Amino acid sequence: MQENTILERVALNSAVVKFVIYKPLIAASARAGQFVILRAWEGGERVPVTLVDWDKENGTITVIIQAIGKSTSLFNSLQKGDKFLNVAGPLGTPVEIKNYGTVAVVGGGVGIAEVYPIARALREAGNRVIAVLGARTKELLILEPEMNALCDETVCATDDGSFGMKGMVTDALNDLHEKGEKIQAGFIIGPIPMMKFTARLMDKLGIEPYASLNPIMLDGTGMCGCCRVTVEGKVRFACVEGPMFPARTIDFDELIRRTSEYKPQEAALFEKYKEEKDHVCKCGLH
Amino acid sequence: MPNPSAPRQQGSQQTPEVRKHNFEEVAHTFTEAEAKAEAERCLHCNNARCQANCPVGVQIPAFIAQVKDGNIGAAVAKIMETSLLPAICGRVCPQEKHCEGNCVLKEKFGSVNIGMLERYTADTARQKGLLKAPQTAAKTGKKVVCIGSGPSSIAAAAELARAGHDVTVLEALHAFGGVLRYGIPSFRLPRKVIDHEIETVKAMGVKFIPDVLVGATQTVEELLKEYDAVYVGSGAGLPTMTGIKGENAVGVYSANEFLTRVNLMQAYKFPQTDTPIKIGKHVIVLGAGNSAMDAARCAMRLGPDTVTVAYRRSAVEMPARAAEVEHAQEEGVKFEFLVTPKEVLTDENGRVTGLQFVRNELGEPDAKGRRRPVEIKGSDFVMQADTVIVAIGQRPNPIIAKTTPALKTTERGVLEMDADGKTSIPGVYAGGDIIRGGATVLLAMKDGIEAAKRICAYLEGK
Repeated sequence: MQENTILERVALNSAVVKFVIYKPLIAASARAGQFVILRAWEGGERVPVTLVDWDKENGTITVIIQAIGKSTSLFNSLQKGDKFLNVAGPLGTPVEIKNYGTVAVVGGGVGIAEVYPIARALREAGNRVIAVLGARTKELLILEPEMNALCDETVCATDDGSFGMKGMVTDALNDLHEKGEKIQAGFIIGPIPMMKFTARLMDKLGIEPYASLNPIMLDGTGMCGCCRVTVEGKVRFACVEGPMFPARTIDFDELIRRTSEYKPQEAALFEKYKEEKDHVCKCGLH
Repeated sequence: MPNPSAPRQQGSQQTPEVRKHNFEEVAHTFTEAEAKAEAERCLHCNNARCQANCPVGVQIPAFIAQVKDGNIGAAVAKIMETSLLPAICGRVCPQEKHCEGNCVLKEKFGSVNIGMLERYTADTARQKGLLKAPQTAAKTGKKVVCIGSGPSSIAAAAELARAGHDVTVLEALHAFGGVLRYGIPSFRLPRKVIDHEIETVKAMGVKFIPDVLVGATQTVEELLKEYDAVYVGSGAGLPTMTGIKGENAVGVYSANEFLTRVNLMQAYKFPQTDTPIKIGKHVIVLGAGNSAMDAARCAMRLGPDTVTVAYRRSAVEMPARAAEVEHAQEEGVKFEFLVTPKEVLTDENGRVTGLQFVRNELGEPDAKGRRRPVEIKGSDFVMQADTVIVAIGQRPNPIIAKTTPALKTTERGVLEMDADGKTSIPGVYAGGDIIRGGATVLLAMKDGIEAAKRICAYLEGK
């Protein structure tokens, strides 16, 4: 078996694909909260992707990827038996797993997949784990059965009310609080505004919030500083010191600005990719 | 008869007007006529000072003698007896500090252009198929792993392979070469030159494995179970930032990020490649070392209106190679001396709009003998900028030290070495920027070659 080979490919919805990849060295050392860097072709970007699962015995790792631009679309076009060009990791500092008491794991969109291994590790450490899962609509709410089976309690919120309660994860957290649920710590992964408002609410409710940040990365090994974020007024490199940080003092607005830096170029690249992919040449030469 | 008084051959170059718009190599390789004329100038001194001052001991008079006679295969073989990366050394070594700086002709007629002769020899030998991987000794059955694939590790790996050991090189990134690949731009060191030199080392039986970040993918302790010895050549990859207000603004790059985007990820070819880069109208580069010159010259090639290098001391204290400063100036890079940045100024969207500086005068010399900059009160001024590149130095990446508690480091994060060039763990050796904290390609290679000898001695006694 060759390294980086895709052993399993499952489409979870129209934009999200789960890959099981053969990569024994990473499977042997991965821990909850870490990520890998993937590349699909010689001119491709280095894209950080959270590790969802790993199997030391079979030497496999699992990632779940949402297609949002050219690179992620290219990844998701790979099929069973294909290989990723590069898979590097496990990168980042693992999440500190201990018995906090009762914890909330909050996942938004594809963030549900990313928070899954943290939920599992916290459960194994003896915590009472409440999953709070959010998505725009039922179709985008991934891994709900798996989370339900894993966690002590699972609540879902969709923007349109098509599954679980109508509303956002913050509404679900407020509900839990009103029901008298005493939560000590919360682990949040999702879109930046969702993390910002969830962290703020948790702080208000007396829950210690942690958020996994997704700044732009290049090498992912601490070499370039592209991923620098401000936490407690200090500059930190998310790729090596994070990606999970205590969330009360994260400068989320700065993170939003810094992650928007290449939006126009990324959009143009994605358009070009889609045009080339859909273009059926009539010239008959190739 | 040697002809030392003949003019020093300079070779030809792309003109500044042309080259500032492309990433092709600035200087052209000598023609045969230029090489022969330059080789004729060498006196072939008996106690050659050039050779004595070469960090990797290249047999300079001997290889130049072969060039003079047109025996390029023999010339390159002579160089490769001590250095396996002649095409790289010929291009990036600061020869003015080593061989050429000590040439007996220097004062009277100008030093022999040894760098260009080495480059000519390597390039011509490669092109004519005369460059052969050196013979390796009988297999010893010992396994050695080199961490990192930069100049230090490559040099160590090649020497270890030459001695008959089974050598593996582990690289954290997807491409090999370390700083040669992510730091040095293609207009100074074409990518195919790096590829070729690594092919030579591969031909000696060295295995190169990408995507392995030691400290994360595997620890040094794990490697010691699998290998008989470990060489740590992981370099100085951690960028130093200024710490001034606004440094996280959009549009502020570390030199490492800027150079990695351009050189490793080939962002200058975007959208033919997928990694973007953004360049403003006015670029300011902070610092005046080689990385700063590389960043400024890469920035210039991306088409801004102005590129300014801002340095807190004066021109004479600049740490960059003289040739790089000269090339940058020719390409239109401006220099602002005796200024210290105080704050990154931003607009309401957090984008860089400028830098606030204060002017300095030179005070007393510091420990290194360079005059210390002293701020002049009330001299604050603002320079407009929409891209800022911070190139004020690098430190070792802490990941190996952090994940290997038995490995001792100094305060600055560099590995501690004993008098015999060993780390605090038996069987673990180190060299290059991980022990120097930020030096040159040649000193890194020298460390690798010397460590390889120590590793061979260690393995013999094992």
